[in-house]
Amino acid sequence: MSDRIQAPLDRRRVLVGARSVRGPYVVLACEDPDGPRPQAGQFYMLSAGGRWGGGDGERPFLPRALSVMRAAPGGRGLEFLIEDVGPGTARLCELQVGDGLLLLGPLGVGFAAPREGRRPLLVGGGVGIAPLVILRDRLGPGVPPPLLGFRDTARALASREWLPAARVATDDGGYGHRGLVTDLLAAELARDGHAEVYACGPPAMLEAVRLLCAEHRAPAQLALESGMACGYGACFGCVVRTREGYIRLCVDGPVVDADRLEAVVGVGAVG
Amino acid sequence: MTEATTVGFCGIELAHPIINGSGTFDAIAARRVFGDELLERFPFAAFVTKTVTVEPRAGNPPPRLWELPAGLLNSIGLPNRGLAGFLEHDLPVLAELPVPLIVNVMGFTRDQVATLVAAFAERDEVAALELNVSCPNVETGMLMGADPRETAALVERVRPLTAKPLIVKLTPNAADVPAVARAAQEAGADAVSLINTLRGMALEPASGEPALGGITGGVSGPAVRAIALAQVHAVAAAVSIGVVGMGGVQRGRDAADLMAAGADLVAVGTESFRDPMAGLRVATELVALPVSGAGAVV
Repeated sequence: MSDRIQAPLDRRRVLVGARSVRGPYVVLACEDPDGPRPQAGQFYMLSAGGRWGGGDGERPFLPRALSVMRAAPGGRGLEFLIEDVGPGTARLCELQVGDGLLLLGPLGVGFAAPREGRRPLLVGGGVGIAPLVILRDRLGPGVPPPLLGFRDTARALASREWLPAARVATDDGGYGHRGLVTDLLAAELARDGHAEVYACGPPAMLEAVRLLCAEHRAPAQLALESGMACGYGACFGCVVRTREGYIRLCVDGPVVDADRLEAVVGVGAVG
Repeated sequence: MTEATTVGFCGIELAHPIINGSGTFDAIAARRVFGDELLERFPFAAFVTKTVTVEPRAGNPPPRLWELPAGLLNSIGLPNRGLAGFLEHDLPVLAELPVPLIVNVMGFTRDQVATLVAAFAERDEVAALELNVSCPNVETGMLMGADPRETAALVERVRPLTAKPLIVKLTPNAADVPAVARAAQEAGADAVSLINTLRGMALEPASGEPALGGITGGVSGPAVRAIALAQVHAVAAAVSIGVVGMGGVQRGRDAADLMAAGADLVAVGTESFRDPMAGLRVATELVALPVSGAGAVV
């Protein structure tokens, strides 16, 4: 038995079936009938079917690693949440319904079920909420409201579409709690001694989550990010340091148990 | 149009002329990701391992990658389990691959390279050895592959240790690459392979600091294709042993160009990062191309 949903060897060319814009975020949806249904926390390598390269500074060249946000059975209804943070994501955000999209995946190891006696608590920041949406779907009813943090009101409001029951913090206080999502997490961990945290977001947020969970002796599964060239273990470029040495995030992650890490350090994310 | 036929290389029979560049495909990790489909449709006609060193190496601190215009800058640092770990854990798994296995080795002294070559000399799982000479000899301070005498001394040292084909992976960061190739041939190498990555550097725009943990790295991808073609052309004219050409190959046309310049086999590297099946795709496209006389560029 494999520890993951395995990917077909072939990169598939699919069509963008739907596109929506919410604040600074773009959601691309596609059908992937030749691929399996991914695990929550797995990712795909995406590139545009045309004009990939030749843009500003002649980039992008490499595909971009993106967590899957939603997926129906049989590789149907894949959705990706994208924010324009560089030449690759900019090109992906430009794609319109009917445009070609190349995808390889699902890749990596996703989230594991909660440990015995633990109650899942989802914590997300910014575009990092994407894998929490599919995780929320898979965990089913009875999951407490996710805790989400955003830079501003526009991003916070956008998230209502995907995680409507969430409790939200914004840096500027324009929506929800004024401050950091980890303020909400600290209060929750103090109240509930049986939480298991599932988190995805920027490195500084994940490091704060890691420290809080260690303090409260709460297990935590962190979905990390790194620049990747291949997504399937070939390039050895996406390593993060763990207590056992470097691991490749693409094949040994992207979800990593927090207690394996000495710190979450952001490295080399490729936009 | 020609039908696919087997290709002979240093006495090894290959299903087609496309292999992988060392360090650009991890068949063990890929099998975890893709399952046994990888064995049923293996993308290369031979598999070249990532570099094996005597001692284990953790590799360089991240960041290890930087995207370039039409290419990639990397500073990976040759992470590997070391010889003992490779023999125990990796070799038995790699022996299950459906293609011949070429083990790439590197040492920091000639004795270390000799230790590695000797360790594989009698292993039936191994079809050939490739010497990574893009490494300083800590005893002489010279890059092993940058100087013809240094390269010759290394090959002369290890040649008697094995009857297996020895391929010398040339570095493009040398003043006279054909002279190094000739020295390798005269010292008994069976083939040369080129090009390895070109030394390069990138600065983080916000800070002006080096973008890579290893400060400098190696440039690969289509950005180096024209350089690869020129070096393969020059080296093939200088030697009569086998030549494996590589550098920025993305399509069958690129492979055909390297073969026209004198390569017997062509390796795919960076393109496999974008598409795991790139090797087989290039091989298929190559067969479909109209025949242009091999060695047409002289």
